[in-house]
Formats: sequence, C-alpha cells, structure tokens
Amino acid sequence: MAPGALAFCSRILRRQLVLALRRPVDIGNPLLFFAMVVALFPLGLGPAPAALAGFAPGILWIIALLANLLTADNLFRGDFEDGSLEQLLLSPQPLYLSVLAYTLAQWLVTGLLLALVSPLFAVMLGLSASAIPVLMFSLLLGSAVLSLVGGIGAALTVGLKRGGMLIALLILPFYMPVLIFGSAAVQAVAGGMDASAHLAILGAMLCFAIALAPLAIGAALRISIDA
Amino acid sequence: MWSFFHKLGSPPWLYRIAGSILSWLLPLTLVALAAGAVWGLLYTAPDFRQGNSYRIIYIHVPAAVVALAGYYVMAIAGGISLIWKMKMADVAMKSCAPVGAALTFIALVTGSIWGKPTWGTWWVWDARITSMLILLFLYLGVIALYEAYDNKDAAGKACAVLSLVGTVNIPIIYKSVDWWYSLHQPASIKFTGESSIDPSMLYPLLLMIGSFYALFTCALLMNMRLEILRREARTGWVRKLVGA
Amino acid sequence: MASLLEAVDLGLVRGGRDLFQQLSFEVGPGQLVQIEGVNGAGKTSLLRILAGLSRYGFSGRVIRHAPLMYLGHHSAVKGMLTPRENLAWHISGEGSYSPGEIDDALARVGLYGYEDVPSHALSAGQHRRVNLARLYLSRAPLWLLDEPFTAIDKGGVAELEALLVRHATAGNAVILTSHQSLSVSYPVAMLDLLTGLAA
Repeated sequence: MAPGALAFCSRILRRQLVLALRRPVDIGNPLLFFAMVVALFPLGLGPAPAALAGFAPGILWIIALLANLLTADNLFRGDFEDGSLEQLLLSPQPLYLSVLAYTLAQWLVTGLLLALVSPLFAVMLGLSASAIPVLMFSLLLGSAVLSLVGGIGAALTVGLKRGGMLIALLILPFYMPVLIFGSAAVQAVAGGMDASAHLAILGAMLCFAIALAPLAIGAALRISIDA
Repeated sequence: MWSFFHKLGSPPWLYRIAGSILSWLLPLTLVALAAGAVWGLLYTAPDFRQGNSYRIIYIHVPAAVVALAGYYVMAIAGGISLIWKMKMADVAMKSCAPVGAALTFIALVTGSIWGKPTWGTWWVWDARITSMLILLFLYLGVIALYEAYDNKDAAGKACAVLSLVGTVNIPIIYKSVDWWYSLHQPASIKFTGESSIDPSMLYPLLLMIGSFYALFTCALLMNMRLEILRREARTGWVRKLVGA
Repeated sequence: MASLLEAVDLGLVRGGRDLFQQLSFEVGPGQLVQIEGVNGAGKTSLLRILAGLSRYGFSGRVIRHAPLMYLGHHSAVKGMLTPRENLAWHISGEGSYSPGEIDDALARVGLYGYEDVPSHALSAGQHRRVNLARLYLSRAPLWLLDEPFTAIDKGGVAELEALLVRHATAGNAVILTSHQSLSVSYPVAMLDLLTGLAA
C-alpha cells in the first residue's frame, strides 16, 4: 500500500514548492540580495565600465554562490524543528530519493531563479551580451551542485541552534571548484573563446554531486536527528 | 587477528600500547628530525637560482605532504568509526584534526616566508599555497563542527561524514586550483614545474618527509592518549592510573 | 502469535549514567503497552530507540516486524499548510489517503470546519489534533506514541483512548508514554524501564 518511490518524491516536491510559494518573500529575498550586492561592487571598485566588465563573471558567480549559501541553512531547519524530519527518516521510502526531491525543490526556487534573473545584473555590470547565455547556463548547472553540497552542510548543522555561520565555514571550501569553473566559463566566452569544456566539467560535477551528495545528506540527517 | 581488533577497541589497552610505541618512536623522531635538518640546512649545496632560501623546503614540503596525508588518516578513521562503530577510531579522528591543522599552518607560514625572497612578496596566489589554504579551511571546518555539538557522540559522527565528503572533494579541489592557476599564471613567476631536484638535495628531503610522518604519528598518539583519559576520566583504570 | 516488535537486551547510557540495562520484551498483536518511569528515566529515549530514530548511547537490538507510526513531542504540522494539506502531503511514507478519508479523520478529531484554515491560525491543542488525525488514517499495525494526551481536552482524551483500544482490539499494538494512567476497560501492560514488561 506504500506509494511508489517516485510518487512519494513528487509528493515531497509538491509539498516543498507549495510551502515555498506560500512565503513569496522568502523566494524574493535571495534575488534582492543578488541585486544589492551587485550594487556594492561599483561602489567599492569604482564605476569604470571596463573594469567592472572585466570582473563581472567573477562578481556574478560569487554573488550567486553567496545567495545560495544563505538559503542552504533553511533546507531542513523547518522540518527539523516541527518534527517532520523524524517522520521522513522513519518512512520506508528510500531516503536518497527523498533528499534529492528536497534539494530539487530548493534549487527550483533559488538557483533556477537566480540563473533566470542573472542577465539583468550581467547587463548592469557591463558583461558582453555574447557571454550572457553561457552565464545563465553555467549558473543553472553550477547552482544545482551548490544546492546539493549546501544540503550536506544544512544536514550536518540542522540540529545545532547556531548553525548559520558554521554552515558557511563547512561548505565554502567545497564551493570553490564550482566557482572556478563557473566564472572561467563566462570569462572564456567574454574573451572570445569556447566554454563548452568548462560547462562539461560543471556537468560532470553535477552528476558526481547527484550520485554522492544525497548519501552524505541522508547520513548527516540521521546523525542530526539523534543529537 | 580478530582479537587484535577487539583489543584495539579497548581504551586501556590502546592507552598502554600508544605509550609504549611513543617511548621509542618519539626519541627516534627527534633524532631523525635533527639529523634531517642539519643535513638539509648545512650540508647541501645552495640552489643555483634561489641561493640559500630554498632550504625552507626541508620544512615546507614535508609539512605540506603530511598535512594532506593527515586529512586522509582522519577521514579513514572517521569512516571506520561510522561503519564499525569503533570508539577508538572516533578518538583517532578527533585527535587528527588539530595535528593536521597545525601542520597545514606550518606549511602555509613556511611557504609564505619562502615567497618573500623568491617572489618579493609574502603572499602569492600560487596553486600549491591556495590549495594548502583550502586544506586549512577544511581542517578548521571539522574542528568547528566538532566543537559546535554538545553531544560528542553525534559530533564525532558528523565530523566523520564531513571528513569523508572532504576526502572525495580534495582531489577535485586540488585539480581545479591547479587548472585555475595554470589559466592565470603570469609568465614572470615560473619556478614550479620541470625543475628536477638534485639527489644531494633529495635525500635529506626524503629523510625530513619520513621524520614528519613519524612526528605526525607521535603527535597523534599523544593526542589520542589525552583524549582517552578525558573520555574515560570516570572509570576505575584511569583513577588508578592517576592515583586518585 | 507473531510479535510485532522485539527488543533484546536494550541498554542506554546517557551522560555517563545507566538509564536502563538488559531490557528485553516482546510486543504482540492486541497489546496496549504503557511505558512507566519518572521524568528523565528515558521513556522518550526508549520510544525513539524502538522507532529507530535514536542510537546514541544505546546497546542491544530492536527487531521490527511491522510498519510503524511514530508520533513524537513535535506535532509535525506545517503552519503554512492547511490541516487537509498537512495530512495529504505527510512525509511518513504511508500511502496516499483519499480526500474523503482525510475529511473524515479531521472531523473525528473535532476539526470539522477547519480543514482549509492555514494551520498557523490554529491553537497548540488543534495542532495536536491534526497530528492525532494521522492515527485515524494510519494503516501501520504498530503505533509508538510519545505523550499523546498532552494539550488535549477531556473529551479528546476519551476519544483517543477509545481509538487506542480499537486499534489494539483489531490485532494491532500500541506502545505509549503518558503521565496519566489510561482509564480504559482493556488490559494495559505496564513496561517498567528497570524491571521490564509486566504481564
């Protein structure tokens, strides 16, 4: 009588998305954060268009990374505090897939949206128009990796009262390869080169993260629920 | 064989055996360190390009090599404690982190000191130094996570998961940083790569690497003995040991 | 009579203290078991161990022969979802319930008319009731309930007791912790953490 694993995952996905959509402000916050930090760079570096355009790939990628980091902590916290997480861990469903559904839902309301609005900020920083499709695509792939890796940090710290800062310390080192290849892809295209190799590596990282991160998240959740 | 594993799980036995290993390993390590240092610093020829400043590699390279290996020791110990629920593996994992972090820090500081005469600046975003910096972050993350948990049982398990995640990620991070550096490498600084090392410099270096492994083992065992005492403070054998 | 849950040689050490040792028991169909013990004796911990949520400081074996339903201290009710949605999208992995079943269960716990109110507008007691509605829907033979009577009014307590008896009578089993003794005309087996299960 238990539902199939996929039906269960789509139930989780739907639940998470409805929960997110009932609080539209929480969805808007990372985007607003993105916009505000973009505005910080001309103020800090000076408004010279050439300099800003040169740094734009790195700036945009770093902000996307930070925006992702700020949302990572929320992934399991609500469910941990109200006891839903206990129910999830007791369910006979494969935790691997359930966790994947959680991160997918989170990516849909953060990474995907960030990637979709990124062209606006790219234009504001003077990134060349030819680089914008690659920026979006690299953010799509890369932010999915960030969500999965961030999930590990969230699962490890969900049982702690003061998780916010700690999660950044734990997962930022793991974000670095994504940052390196993500911003390099945009830089390559902005410099008139081909970025398919960079994107392929980001894709490989995503496959790797999909294969392994849910295992670590599941193990970490079982530890956190018992702390 | 099985009884050996069984004994490994017994704190008093491990405490005693670590003590008897230390009683001969520690003096040996100190002698080897002194010998390697004297050999490397006094009895090798100066490098034809870098003069005497290169000699810091006798500290820098061994510290960096052992710091990286230490992370794997930590992760393996963590994996053992997760899978076989072996308390003493958890002790080993917990004791590894500060030792590894200290070695990473030494590697960073010596690398930076070497950078001053070589590149004319204390810090260069060179691939190896950047990788060492990230390794330091990984170590500090494990320590911070352990300290954040009140329940030390859960702390050990959480750190084990984190260090296993780190093990999978370290090769990716190192390769990415290498690639990133080769992409941005300015042509003017190119000491690394295709420089073969003269055997007269290599042997003392190998001796130093060996001594650093031994030093790591000593520090790990000492730390483990301390941690065992701390955890077993209420048991009879510890009370007897300290004469309380 | 096949057992639904077996516990073999359970021991629990917390903060250097033995809470219980060598606790062995078996719970079979038709049994209504109440865990006894003073505050801090480890009742909740035992229940979490039986459910499989907790391992910390624990030794021994728990063998579960049937799917279980665990209701803990937290209500597992999402404030942003309505009671109806909370039940429909529960994540305990049981099958889907039909809308009719859900409305029926909500009516039984006295939440008729509240089905579509956002749960954050409900009181703490009503949250508990949403949680208890899961029991009316549950198809799991084994129920593990941690203080199910907390924040429930008198009428609710009587109904819940009747539900537990019905569940046990139907050949299932309930293990619960509670500060108050149950006023039911059904044999309640007492599980003492130190001496084990009394017949």
